[in-house]
Amino acid sequence: MSPGLPRWLVVPAVVAAAYLLLPLAAMVLRVDWPGFVGLVTSPSARDALWLSVRTSLASTGLCVLLGVPLAAVLARTRFPGQRLLRSLVLLPLVIPPVVGGIALLYTFGRRGLLGGTLEALGAEVAFTTVAVVMAQTFVALPFLVVSTEGALRTAGERYEAVAATLGAPPTMVFRRVTLPLVLPGLLSGTVLAFARSLGEFGATITFAGSLQGTTATLPIQVYLERVADPDAAVALSLVLVVVAVVVIGLTWRTGRGAL
Amino acid sequence: MSLRLAARLADRGVDLTLDVAAGETVALLGPNGAGKSTALAVTAGLLVPDEGYVEVAGRPVGRLLPHRRGVALLAQDPLLFPHLTARDNVAFALRAHGVRRGPARDRAHELLELVGVGDLAGRRPSALSGGQAQRVAVARALAADPDVLLLDEPMAALDVAVTPALRRTLREVLADRTALLVTHDALDALLLADRVVVVEAGRVVEEGPTAEVLTRPRSRFAARIAGLDLVAGRWHDGAVETPAGLRVQGLPGDDAPAEGGRAVAVFSPAAVSVFAGDPGGSPRNALPVVVTDLEPYGDRVRVRGHVAADPHTTLAADVTPQAAAELDLVPGARVAFSVKATEVGVHAR
Repeated sequence: MSPGLPRWLVVPAVVAAAYLLLPLAAMVLRVDWPGFVGLVTSPSARDALWLSVRTSLASTGLCVLLGVPLAAVLARTRFPGQRLLRSLVLLPLVIPPVVGGIALLYTFGRRGLLGGTLEALGAEVAFTTVAVVMAQTFVALPFLVVSTEGALRTAGERYEAVAATLGAPPTMVFRRVTLPLVLPGLLSGTVLAFARSLGEFGATITFAGSLQGTTATLPIQVYLERVADPDAAVALSLVLVVVAVVVIGLTWRTGRGAL
Repeated sequence: MSLRLAARLADRGVDLTLDVAAGETVALLGPNGAGKSTALAVTAGLLVPDEGYVEVAGRPVGRLLPHRRGVALLAQDPLLFPHLTARDNVAFALRAHGVRRGPARDRAHELLELVGVGDLAGRRPSALSGGQAQRVAVARALAADPDVLLLDEPMAALDVAVTPALRRTLREVLADRTALLVTHDALDALLLADRVVVVEAGRVVEEGPTAEVLTRPRSRFAARIAGLDLVAGRWHDGAVETPAGLRVQGLPGDDAPAEGGRAVAVFSPAAVSVFAGDPGGSPRNALPVVVTDLEPYGDRVRVRGHVAADPHTTLAADVTPQAAAELDLVPGARVAFSVKATEVGVHAR
């Protein structure tokens, strides 16, 4: 024990750890093991699981495609209002997801800001699988931007400057120097964004609804089953916990403090 | 492949102009914060001056992005890309100029051989020592085949034990290249540069041929780091021999000259003792000198003179005021400058 640490600190520390772990243990104890396989392979459960995997992968891909350029612009350029923009970009991390869902609804919904335009183009997104992906991307994008931007700032611009003086055009520098240098941060950001997408509930149910097979992702399915079929809810919850544990394991291996 | 540079940056207090002729190596000397690295950054296009111009090989490049300027930068820190092997680091510069993958790898290998690290081609930078990494960085800069090579204290971060060997490599590399070398070290300037430009507080305060600036510095900074005694000649039989027949014995370092090759003996005026007659003692060099002037130098007196048999070789010695009085040192006095062979460094030129 470090000589500077008061002994009494151990007591609240143990309480905190127990508080975080006990509910998970309680849930595991409540799992109906004989019926487990049946519960997580029921048609509605399989639909929800498959939908969650598809949409989370799609939104993670979107996060990488959009988030890496945003992180690069925030980390490597200076323009008026940049600090404000960086703070605002992180807003989805702190606003309640349900509020995010409302905001999306009034942007892309039928009566939203861009709803008329979308309708004219023959596209309606609210309450579709596309809406699920959009809601997930909205809440997960900041995770990827934060960890990638942090990695870019840590890596600094010196390697890029040298690469440029060696004759490499900006796109080659970005592809062959910048991206490889921030790869650990980018990977851990990607894994976090995937985890956030997989767990997304509030924005999704608000903006996309809860139609089985179309918009009812795994967390929404858990929420729907919790009264009618608590055993199914617990079994599906366990699936989400296992995925979360795997994700934490992955970030711990690849990220090493990138976030 | 000449370089012309003018840069004014108000916020850094820099306002300087300098020219490097084709094939010439110019050493930029000066204290920290004098604007030396700023000059390099402006040339490379990493910093935009308030006013100025950059011309490489007669082509104005001041408005171009760094990768279009034909200028490569070798910094104090090798800055090898950590995710690439030594060979791929060198090949990167070739690939940037459109060389295909296969030929780029072959050429990278040749360049690594040239700088003496061919056997380390497959290593990652984390598995290289500082000196090895800097050699790879030299090969990488050469791979870009720049019109002008910029070197920012390329040996400052290295162990003194590996400095002479890298300096020798740089001498070979810089022989017929246009280069601008920022350094703190008079010896680097002496052995690598044709001409010296001294910068203080953002302004050029002195410039001239290297040997002249280093032996008779006019600016304060050059006087502090330089003020060296230099005797140039050919290496014969353990001594540097001048055309006038003067012999200075010394210790060749890692960059030892070949027998009969051009060489320079370098020693500090502080290592020189002054005698009225022949000092005697075999390990000493005794050089007959005619005193030309004396000036206070800290708590010492700096005695300047020229070699009696060779008026073009000027030397300096630092003596105590008591010694100066006892020896009756006045301009015109004939004395012997004595320096131990072990205090004299000998370098190939």
